[in-house]
Amino acid sequence: MDFLRDPFGFVIQWYVGWLSGLGLPAFGVELISKLTGALVLATGAMLFVVFLIWYERKLIGRIQDRFGPNRVGPWGIFQPVADMLKIFTKEYITPIGADKVTYNLAPILAVAAVLLLWSVLPLSVTVVGTDLNVGLLFLIAVGGLGEMSYILAGWGSNNKYALLGAFRLVAQLISYEVPLVLSALVPVMLAGTLSVTGIVQAQENVWFIVAAPAAALIFFIASIAEIGRSPFDLIEAESELVAGYNIEYSGLKFGMFFVAEFLHAFTVSMIFATVFLGGWRGPGAEQIPVLGFVYLMVKTFVVYFVTILFRGTLPRFRIDQMMNLNWKVLTPLSLGLIMAMSIVGGLTRQLPAFWQVTAYLIINLLLLGATDQLMHFAQNRKTKLNLATQPGKGVLTTSSKHGSGE
Amino acid sequence: MLGNWLYIGIFALVALMMPAITILIAGILSPKKPDPIKNSTYECGVETVGPNWTQIKIQYYVFALVFLIFDVEAVLLFPWAVAYQFLPLYAIIEGVLFLLILVIGFFYAWRKGALEWF
Amino acid sequence: MNGLQVVFLLAALVSLFSAVMVVSARRMMHAALWLVLTLMGVAVIFVTLQSSFFAVVQILVYVGAIAILIIFSVMLTRRVMEDHGDQILPGWRAAGLVALLLFGVIVGFMTLWLGFSAVLVELPADAENLLELGRSLVSPQGYVLPFELASVLLVAALIGAITIAVDRKEDQDR
Repeated sequence: MDFLRDPFGFVIQWYVGWLSGLGLPAFGVELISKLTGALVLATGAMLFVVFLIWYERKLIGRIQDRFGPNRVGPWGIFQPVADMLKIFTKEYITPIGADKVTYNLAPILAVAAVLLLWSVLPLSVTVVGTDLNVGLLFLIAVGGLGEMSYILAGWGSNNKYALLGAFRLVAQLISYEVPLVLSALVPVMLAGTLSVTGIVQAQENVWFIVAAPAAALIFFIASIAEIGRSPFDLIEAESELVAGYNIEYSGLKFGMFFVAEFLHAFTVSMIFATVFLGGWRGPGAEQIPVLGFVYLMVKTFVVYFVTILFRGTLPRFRIDQMMNLNWKVLTPLSLGLIMAMSIVGGLTRQLPAFWQVTAYLIINLLLLGATDQLMHFAQNRKTKLNLATQPGKGVLTTSSKHGSGE
Repeated sequence: MLGNWLYIGIFALVALMMPAITILIAGILSPKKPDPIKNSTYECGVETVGPNWTQIKIQYYVFALVFLIFDVEAVLLFPWAVAYQFLPLYAIIEGVLFLLILVIGFFYAWRKGALEWF
Repeated sequence: MNGLQVVFLLAALVSLFSAVMVVSARRMMHAALWLVLTLMGVAVIFVTLQSSFFAVVQILVYVGAIAILIIFSVMLTRRVMEDHGDQILPGWRAAGLVALLLFGVIVGFMTLWLGFSAVLVELPADAENLLELGRSLVSPQGYVLPFELASVLLVAALIGAITIAVDRKEDQDR
């Protein structure tokens, strides 16, 4: 019965019990059980990518009115397996003058940085990699380690395009890390802890996306920018540019960057689901832990679906637009949000929890509305300025404006 | 605490080994036929001109610096956010003041045009 | 020797070795990359001191931000890719001797301090209390003045950097 309610926890307990039955010292048992846990989790995550690639290609296909992969196996489900077999047997081409160590280290580091994120994510009540007391900060810090791998790749390739691509990418990533870190302060404020498990525990009554939708929105947008997905895929821009930092890579070394990207996209969705959507929380999840795992997966796939929807439907930003969105919209908004939320929270502390959450919600929505208005205002002013300085160019804009009835 | 980090350390080793081993296996499986043309730097079919360094713009440096400052600021605020629910109102105002000083610097950067991408 | 000491020794050796490589690397970019390894080693040392918060901050701020800042500033220079030859001065032996002597003097003085020979004990699980850290950062009895001054310092750094960079930009236009 225990097995049905919590198969993962049951297996772990049985395994640890079996290990200690072998007569190993306690430290050895701990070491081996942790090693096994890490191996299983990391292998599972790596193999999961195969499924993710199929899922994403299928969805993108549907969005673009295509079938997507549909030849290899039922619904084309073995397509990524076939692709993997193919890429496995491709030749590694190391460009002349490449910096061998950095060149080969980059794809390994890219995957490792993403895999390491899985070590602190709680998958259900009983299955937690490890409950680190600074878990959320760890997630952000390790996520930032990926930047180093792009620099290594760009530098090691001995190619101008690769170097330029890497630096543009890193400039994008570090810029978007600012609103990411700042908006992560809000759930920490609400939960009163940095531990990821603690943040999930704190969402017992209300998910943080309800209390702080603005923070969730900033976190989500910054997360998409961090994984370099469309509409933030200027680094890649496969349809118009040379490929960027990974241009000199071939074979599985190239594939590893893709594994890292897909896995990162999924992991970021999982982090979002954990921090803002209550993680494994759901009816009955505490009594039947396996349900919690199912809930987490459902939530993660919903978030992942939205990121794919973004990818499939939104056009690519120009780099100055992207930087403006970050520095002139998201960063000021997150700064204002922290200040407003901390003051509102301090003032409404005596009220019952329901009213406090309502106050948080109202201030969030107010800030979002104000940002929207300010953006419109700035846009209109810019158009007017353009009209004043370039009358020839302005004609089209005005006529189209009248045409749309504004 | 150390137990947590032991797991993370083991996980880090596993996470590094996993892609490394996969790349090695693929390296054994894959053919090796290097030739000078194939191995030359890819530049849209044109031969590379000049040395391969590119000097980047000062813009990147400014963005990295602004990022660093906000990173440090957020790190200082994280313990404050953890304690937030137990802080008296004046302590919350202190945190807001901390942010306000930075917001002034941020708007200075904005007005100076340091946040524009060229 | 227990496992913790092994980890500490490994981390210390790695960070020392890569610190030496930072100053002796032939290419500037390699020096910057070795610096990253040094900083990672320091993060591991923070872990062995059971200070999770500072270990993670070390990675977030030093590896994630300062190392990237340094790499960017290396890329601003003109001779990044060049091999600069041996980065060893002719008088390195004398310099090394002076450094060793100074180290000896510092260690000698440190032995006078009582805490030097204290044995590290493993802290209880709740010893690192972020709550207390947060409280003392903003309490008038604690560190509220340094906390607010840190903000002023950060703004000063921001303004200083922008002043320099914006002036440069105008030079380029001319």
